[in-house]
Amino acid sequence: MRISFEKRLEQSRLSAILVPVFSFVMALIFGAMILLAFGVNPLQAYTVMVRGSIGSSYALSETLVKAIPLMLTGLGVSISFRMLFWNIGAEGQLAMGGIAAAFVALFLEKYLPPFLVLPAMMIAAILAGALWGLIPATLKAVIGVNEILTTLMMNYIAILFVEYLYFGPWRDPDGFGFPGTAQFPETAWLPRFTGRIHFGIIFAIIAAALIWFILNHTKRGYEIRLIGQNPRAARYTGVNIGRNILVVMLLSGGLAGLAGMAEVSGIAHRLYSGLTSGYGYTAIIIAWLASLNPWGILVVAFMMGGLIVGGDQIQIAMQTPAAVAQVLQGAILFFMLGGSIFANYRVRIIKNLEKSKSGADGYG
Amino acid sequence: MENPKATTVVQLKGITKKFPGVLANDRVDLDINSHEILALLGENGAGKTTLMNVLAGLYNPDGGEILLNGKLVQFHSPRDAIANGIGMVHQHFMLVESLTVAENIILSLQSNALSLNLDRIKKEISGLSKKYQMPVDPDAYIWQLSVGEQQRVEIMRLLYRGADVLILDEPTAVLTPNEATELAAVLRHMANEGKAIIIITHKLNEVMNFSDRVTILRAGQKIASFLTAKTSKEELARKMVGRKVLFHLERSACVPGKAVLKLENVEALNEKGLPALRSISFQVCCGEILGVAGVAGNGQRELAEVISGLRTVKKGKILINGEDVTNCTPLQAIDIGISHIPGDRLGVGLAPNLPISDNLTMKAYRERPITRGFFLDRDQLQVFAKNLIQTFAITPPVPETPARLLSGGNQQRLILAREITANQGVIIAVHPSRGLDVGATESVRKTLFEQREQGTSILLISEDLEEILQISDRIMVLYEGKIMGIAEVADITVDEISLMMAGQPLEKFNHELPADGLKT
Ligand SMILES: Nc1ncnc2c1ncn2[C@@H]1O[C@H](COP(=O)(O)OP(=O)(O)OP(=O)(O)O)[C@@H](O)[C@H]1O
Ligand SMILES: [Mg+2]
Repeated sequence: MRISFEKRLEQSRLSAILVPVFSFVMALIFGAMILLAFGVNPLQAYTVMVRGSIGSSYALSETLVKAIPLMLTGLGVSISFRMLFWNIGAEGQLAMGGIAAAFVALFLEKYLPPFLVLPAMMIAAILAGALWGLIPATLKAVIGVNEILTTLMMNYIAILFVEYLYFGPWRDPDGFGFPGTAQFPETAWLPRFTGRIHFGIIFAIIAAALIWFILNHTKRGYEIRLIGQNPRAARYTGVNIGRNILVVMLLSGGLAGLAGMAEVSGIAHRLYSGLTSGYGYTAIIIAWLASLNPWGILVVAFMMGGLIVGGDQIQIAMQTPAAVAQVLQGAILFFMLGGSIFANYRVRIIKNLEKSKSGADGYG
Repeated sequence: MENPKATTVVQLKGITKKFPGVLANDRVDLDINSHEILALLGENGAGKTTLMNVLAGLYNPDGGEILLNGKLVQFHSPRDAIANGIGMVHQHFMLVESLTVAENIILSLQSNALSLNLDRIKKEISGLSKKYQMPVDPDAYIWQLSVGEQQRVEIMRLLYRGADVLILDEPTAVLTPNEATELAAVLRHMANEGKAIIIITHKLNEVMNFSDRVTILRAGQKIASFLTAKTSKEELARKMVGRKVLFHLERSACVPGKAVLKLENVEALNEKGLPALRSISFQVCCGEILGVAGVAGNGQRELAEVISGLRTVKKGKILINGEDVTNCTPLQAIDIGISHIPGDRLGVGLAPNLPISDNLTMKAYRERPITRGFFLDRDQLQVFAKNLIQTFAITPPVPETPARLLSGGNQQRLILAREITANQGVIIAVHPSRGLDVGATESVRKTLFEQREQGTSILLISEDLEEILQISDRIMVLYEGKIMGIAEVADITVDEISLMMAGQPLEKFNHELPADGLKT
């Protein structure tokens, strides 16, 4: 007996709905087993999670706060994935954006009129992220260097550079030795709506609309989709692939850079170690789960924010080790991603191989 | 000829298959007999491939049943079908290039690798090879094989798994005339051994030469069945298209104008870095069709690619209207007026997942009214697409349909529609009528004629000698990247062309023809 996967020629609409639901249920069951193993009541844990992520206005706002950088970086990587450019470097681009924003806030703020501080930070962050993304893009477009490796390597450089800055030259002299820069002046703080929800949410919505518009209503978007669907056909119809890589990476890196600015200016008001806590990698998962659809990315990023915040709540409220929440988050993602295979493939259990020949005996 | 040994193996009864917006098969009944070759004929989109996909287990029919030796069967996958002795060779081969023939065959068995005995399998392959007179080297790597040989591997794979009903979807579309004749012999041999063979083809000559029986589908329905011996090409064409088909086109005398496309000593390499074009010089004039003949893989693809800017010219010059365009970008080539109908339609000519509309506008999207500045006007794009869909009779006429769901012939129409509309003086056409039904083939050739009349220079690259002889003004033969000769079509015989295709330069013939072939 064997199990085999066969590609579905016709995708059933039912499976497109049922599969994610089923995957989620499976994830919860699997998660329950983990929780039981740690001696935690799963039902109680799930209740805490839901309450902690969407159960109150405070919970909701915390979830959104986590979702904002995920939305921006998710949108950024999605547009490069659209044209099969595997930008794994959102984390580094976000870090560079944070650094640029911090530089403006810490060192240039005093020379700028107050109303120009935030725009200057935004522009600096977008430029920094974009330029950081442009390096691997140029290497790819000009001499064909594999972007997966270069974007990943650029992350390490950027992350270590942030650490160098807040441990070293930019460290707050009055910070009692804690790693991090001094707090930004208030003109460099992104306005907040309620709780800690800050203006970054507007950036994310505008970015999603922008990407949707570019993809569907511009010449550039048409070329990006064409390259993503068949690079050879794109080349044949005269599309300049190299130039598209550069443009897309400017956009992709720019959005990640903006995410970095929103984090330092909207939440921490300083450059600190929490900036590079993996948003850029989670963004990749979000982009895939949302099938690269810009509006879908906003939704999935919100759910992912809930998962993070809810997971923290389990740890706090139920006194479990931090790892339990992380294992749970991992399991849910694993099932959701794994589940998507069943929408496209059908599982078959094949009982007896030898029997197969007998059917042909009747004639010949 | 009706074979006395023939027995009905498979019966399709009332097979119906619907796709969103199309009824691909409408209550089709079909009997398939052993010892016989059945040809399936029909216009593009008539439902031939779909019907065979149902039989081969790829699709579940929406209605009807399949009887195998009188017993009702249901196939849920190609594996079920092959387990019951029914196998299909698709138009796109499914072989792993980097593995050997034997390994590919093992792969399709999908059994436990530990229990396999490679030597035994190789022996069995050789045995089958002999039995059906179909030479296949089990140790050859797929990438070393010609298309015709790869096709043999596909057939071998089915035979190895014990198929008694073999379905071949347009097997000859990719073969040279010689290979097609060889295939016919193999198929006949298999039929004599008791296999039931079904081939889909658009070439009426092949139907007449290959088959014992013919069934014609139109718009999903079976409309006629004949014993091949009792019918004629004309009757088949009439039944299939619903009107009389011209097998001869009225050709006006060629009045070539000034030279438009000119190549001077062009050299280029292929993917493996070996010379693919050697010192190629020729010219095509305004209002002229130059046919390029040759066995596949003798530089035809590379020739089309250097002219359209897709391949680097190592040496020599390409001129359009006297302007040097050597090594221009694909976009520059388009702008200067070169249309290119590529040979590889799914790999190069189309973005299979994008809708028909986006595929039709792959060249026009750069200009008004479809774009204004940076922006794409979706409404104009739809208008443009609908227009072409109508003019070129693409079915289904729904611009949103992804190109991959079109029948093979309709994909080709889509490319033709786009390239002919974009035409501004030069058309490089590679197998323009491959996969088209007789009606559509006729209309493509007519269209090329019309373009010629309007002063377009056309380079027609084809393996179909009949096509080249029918519409070209001059013919050029390529062999191992070299020009064997260029001659007026009227001045040359098929035998002479064959000799050139086999590597005999024209000058060596005892014939009074212009040696350089260049006209002024
Ligand atoms: N998977 C699919 N989804 C939707 N429509 C389909 C699908 N497959 C085929 N069709 C449609 O069904 C019709 C019949 O297609 P089919 O491929 O069987 O034609 P065919 O007779 O093989 O034509 P050709 O000679 O051009 O290959 C066409 O209109 C085609 O667009
Ligand atoms: Mg077909």
